[in-house]
Amino acid sequence: MDNKVLINKIIPFSSVDGPGNRTAIFLQGCNFNCKYCHNPETINICNNCGECVKFCKFNALKLKNNKINYNQNNCVNCDECIKHCKYNSSPKVIEYTVSTLVNEILKYKNFIRGITFSGGECSINHLFITQFAKEIKQYNLDVYVDTNGYIDFTSLNDFVNIVDKFMLDVKAFDRNIHKKLTGKTNETVLKNLKFLIKNNKIYEIRTVLIKEIDYFDTINYVVPLIKDTNIRYKLIKYRKYGVRKKYKNLSAISDDEIKKIIQLFPKYFNFITV
Amino acid sequence: MNDVIKIIKNKNLSFEQKVIELARYAENSIAPIELSNETKEMIDKGIICDLFEGNAPYRPRYIIVDFNKFMKKGSTFLELSPPKTLLEAVNNLLIFYKHIPSITTMPVYIGNIDYILEPFIKGDEDYEVIKLFLNHIDKTITDSFCHANIGPKYTKAGELILKASKELQNPTPNITLKYDENITPIEFAKLAIETSLITAKPSFANDKIFRADFNGDYAIASCYNGLKIGGGSHTLVRSRLFRLAKESKNIDDFLNNQLVKLVNNMTDYMDKRIKFIVEESGFFESNFLVKEEFIKIDNFTAMFGIVGLAEAVNYLLKLEGKKDRFGHSKIANELGYKIIETIDNLVKKHKGIYCNFSNNKYLLHAQVGIDSDTDCTPGCRIPIGEEPEIFEHIIQSAPFHKFFPSGIGDVFRFDKTTRNNLESILDIIKGGFKQGLRYISFYEDNADVVRITGYLVKRSEIEKLDNNQVVLRDTTVLGKGARDNMKVLERKLRK
Ligand code: SF4
Ligand code: SF4
Repeated sequence: MDNKVLINKIIPFSSVDGPGNRTAIFLQGCNFNCKYCHNPETINICNNCGECVKFCKFNALKLKNNKINYNQNNCVNCDECIKHCKYNSSPKVIEYTVSTLVNEILKYKNFIRGITFSGGECSINHLFITQFAKEIKQYNLDVYVDTNGYIDFTSLNDFVNIVDKFMLDVKAFDRNIHKKLTGKTNETVLKNLKFLIKNNKIYEIRTVLIKEIDYFDTINYVVPLIKDTNIRYKLIKYRKYGVRKKYKNLSAISDDEIKKIIQLFPKYFNFITV
Repeated sequence: MNDVIKIIKNKNLSFEQKVIELARYAENSIAPIELSNETKEMIDKGIICDLFEGNAPYRPRYIIVDFNKFMKKGSTFLELSPPKTLLEAVNNLLIFYKHIPSITTMPVYIGNIDYILEPFIKGDEDYEVIKLFLNHIDKTITDSFCHANIGPKYTKAGELILKASKELQNPTPNITLKYDENITPIEFAKLAIETSLITAKPSFANDKIFRADFNGDYAIASCYNGLKIGGGSHTLVRSRLFRLAKESKNIDDFLNNQLVKLVNNMTDYMDKRIKFIVEESGFFESNFLVKEEFIKIDNFTAMFGIVGLAEAVNYLLKLEGKKDRFGHSKIANELGYKIIETIDNLVKKHKGIYCNFSNNKYLLHAQVGIDSDTDCTPGCRIPIGEEPEIFEHIIQSAPFHKFFPSGIGDVFRFDKTTRNNLESILDIIKGGFKQGLRYISFYEDNADVVRITGYLVKRSEIEKLDNNQVVLRDTTVLGKGARDNMKVLERKLRK
């Protein structure tokens, strides 16, 4: 069976999603609902309500048989549709099968070292990724997965084995804070963290730094776990850009505070993205 | 004479720049080369242009000295014996450079400087000498068409040259790394990429393709011109294809009549210029470079340049009522390809003179344009402001590269975030080279040294010109013109 998946966006060349030049694939749908999400339009699968159609001035959207019909050739990426979707979704999502996606990637093959799946939360589609990875590896490309770690990986052997490396978000160590931030608790995330470290499957761990939240707690938990590994720990400074209005009360930490962290744990932070 | 006094009184020219301008004026006061009326008309219309080579060429345009020979033998004329130490080597070279003529009066090729210095390098302690050497070049060869080559192999000298370039951030010399993924180590390539993000050089040349085209060793000179070592190019004449398109009734007329007329007139003009250099000017009889066999006439060729393919294609399609644009549509790209293929065939049919090395065929060159070109995009490039995503850009551009052994290349501007992932750029270079790309350059968004079209300038020096101050390098004047007329600093930002 050819698995299918909904893709929100493909970035053919990305220099910020793992080692070397990579194609980044953003899958639609997420099992978290993070307050600081920068692309909330990837959270839900479109329910075909049709609200967004009337906002498209470029004739790229139609409602046919109660389903959204998206014409990529007409779309100018003005994102008016996304702005008006009340359901944290996007009508500009395209369905791919494993073989259509492989064919797409082969166009970039000479230029890239691998593929990074991101989202949304791509691990929801672990069956698709597993099948896709088996195919694409014939062409000497590797597969990275950027995940929130909410699904229990310890029982997904095929998936964990075929994926070369994971980029794992550790959003907060404290269970309650995690719940407040993402809507879900973090037991599985922390279990996955240890499991993936043990199996040498992590490329990078990420934590977003928000002023209102005790990030030291999280950093203090992660650093000892990666002490003798070559895992990168990337701290991301929270930005308001793209975040939904109702959550704009969160704020960024100052550069002085960042300096303080780097002084405390000098060798664990390859770089801090601001 | 009015112009002479204007040059003399010009407050924006340095002394050296005035001397050169005056010499140009004198040369252009005579016209010993006789042209047909048709050629003259095409020159007047700006269809054919010799890029200020002058009316009476008394030296070849590009001279590619055999530096290996110079290092081994020294020079009788310059009374220099072969060097035994790094200081002697560097000193000999700096002397030698000042005696290599060109169209700008300054050398356009200064050697595979890493390989020629490597035998004298002991280690990191030689950094200071390398730095002084490079800085001396920048301050005395005040024209960034001066080009050094490094690679493809790693050398300690090469490493020190890159590190010093990174520190100095000078526009001169332009540098090319000859790159072959099987020969050039990753770390060396990464250092080159980092250097290039900081100071817009080195560019990367596809060593495999150049080696095949030049049957072995070659040099990259001036902007990105592939030429034979121990030779050079007598002349570079170019055509603005857009202006030729404007003479055409339709695509058919352009391909079947106008291009034939162009190639006939341009090659005839080139023949005549070469004949003058070789048979009249006395250069090949008297110059010490020839006498001591640092260059040989047998290694020379001549360059047939084109600019403004994009505008020509768009114009011709518009004549036929089509809105397709070069770089964005299959029809437009295919017409571009057809035009270059036709030119290539026609130029190959012409039997030129004194170009033994290239079987008396003139080599195609995708010329990068000059500051006064407001209607022509360099060579076969996609106009600035219309560039597609980098992947599509490279795929679109690559098929053209095989036609241009004497130079073609693309320039990309990267966002500063890429500095955290140098290998991502290396992957793009490798992919491009696999795709047939011959030459690629890049720089970082906020760097002071930037690549204009083929040559480099310091933004801070252009600003001086904006304020009517005298500047050291003549290429800065060209860069300012290109910024104002060709929007070259507004290339699409790649992330
Ligand atoms: S994208 Fe949003 S607004 Fe548009 S049809 Fe889907 S759910 Fe409705
Ligand atoms: S982004 Fe595309 S589909 Fe959405 S409104 Fe704009 S043109 Fe229409």
